[in-house]
Amino acid sequence: MTQHTRVLIIGSGPAGLTAAIYSARAQLNPLVIEGEPSSTSDQPGGQLMLTTDIENFPGFPEAITGPELMANMRAQALRFGAELRVDKVHKLDATQRPFRAWLSGDGEEPGVTADAVILATGAQSLMLNVPGEERLLSHGLSTCATCDGFFFRGQDIAVVGGGDSALEEANFLTRFATSVTVIHRRDSLRASKIMQERAFANEKIRFAWNTQVVEVLGESRVEGLLVKDTVSNVERVLPVTGVFVAIGHVPNTSLVTGQVDLAPNGYVRTGLGSFTNIEGLFAAGDVQDDVYRQAITSAGSGCIAAIDAERWLEAQGL
Amino acid sequence: MSANITTLTDATFDEVVGSSEKPILVDFWAEWCGPCKMIAPILEELAQEQSDKFVIGKLDVDVNVATATKFSVMSIPTLLLFKDGEVVARLVGAKPKGALLQEITQSL
Repeated sequence: MTQHTRVLIIGSGPAGLTAAIYSARAQLNPLVIEGEPSSTSDQPGGQLMLTTDIENFPGFPEAITGPELMANMRAQALRFGAELRVDKVHKLDATQRPFRAWLSGDGEEPGVTADAVILATGAQSLMLNVPGEERLLSHGLSTCATCDGFFFRGQDIAVVGGGDSALEEANFLTRFATSVTVIHRRDSLRASKIMQERAFANEKIRFAWNTQVVEVLGESRVEGLLVKDTVSNVERVLPVTGVFVAIGHVPNTSLVTGQVDLAPNGYVRTGLGSFTNIEGLFAAGDVQDDVYRQAITSAGSGCIAAIDAERWLEAQGL
Repeated sequence: MSANITTLTDATFDEVVGSSEKPILVDFWAEWCGPCKMIAPILEELAQEQSDKFVIGKLDVDVNVATATKFSVMSIPTLLLFKDGEVVARLVGAKPKGALLQEITQSL
């Protein structure tokens, strides 16, 4: 059975849920396909589900945890009548209207048709793509400090990356680990000043500058990292038993690749507001933002998309 | 937690898992683990729906470090399926219900 909705929102991070709150309050009865359970950021609630304290979301002076913030946004969307479904859109046909979306278990017929679509599929963690990484994933190599940090009590471990998420993970991991070495391929961090100061002040955190991971060592569990100095090209082994990867993100654009204009860096191209090159298809959040990538900017762009969609539907007489 | 799921500890683990007549799926979890919370309701459902095929136990790794270490659990949620006291399947990470059930059923 195909369900028709006026607004289909794909994704349930801050962008998707804010779009849901606004569309629901505009009486558009939005349907949100939230995503499916996973241990990656591609899950209901998105990347914030894998974080600890959010200290920069306005309105929470004492900080709020990522999962709590997302639970609140979800409850708020439900309160105004948005329909939320834990499911995944596997295919989207944006070449004709109404748009057609196939969910898990759908056969030839799409499970959902929609007058307007708000694409809020977010981004997911980049991996190192070095030998040993795949073999040792969840055997000492992890992309989720909040999930796995506990298992590294009293150990020397490393975090790869130089942005806010890398430093947040490093700080968090010092609760358990004896030492945390932040491995960064450049000689300065791109993380915010406050996160940098906090990391520099933490005596358990060390830095390996101009350093690149060449291989993750160990057969059945991580026994070290083969790293290379990017200036001298000298290789050495860093004796760590845990590695956390936080080197950035790629946008989740697989649903629209070949249908929607993407920028050269792979993000969905939005012009004014949330408009894409396809009429009726709007994009919000990290799938179209490679610059700001904050919970608050993502939520803001979800609001923009909902308003754009509402006005567009009205202009179409839909 | 429903009556269909047994809470396991370091003290009771060997006895319960060793003497289980049906295969037993053990969920290694912790309170602070988001993905664990996400699959908790799925496990509740499976405990109800699949009770003729396997039973489910939960072990909080926070307070039962010895058992978690013994089975080299380094990432949670980890689901271990035991048949006659031996590990026959290891599922790491949260997954949708269908995918979990499929992997479990393959090893029953």
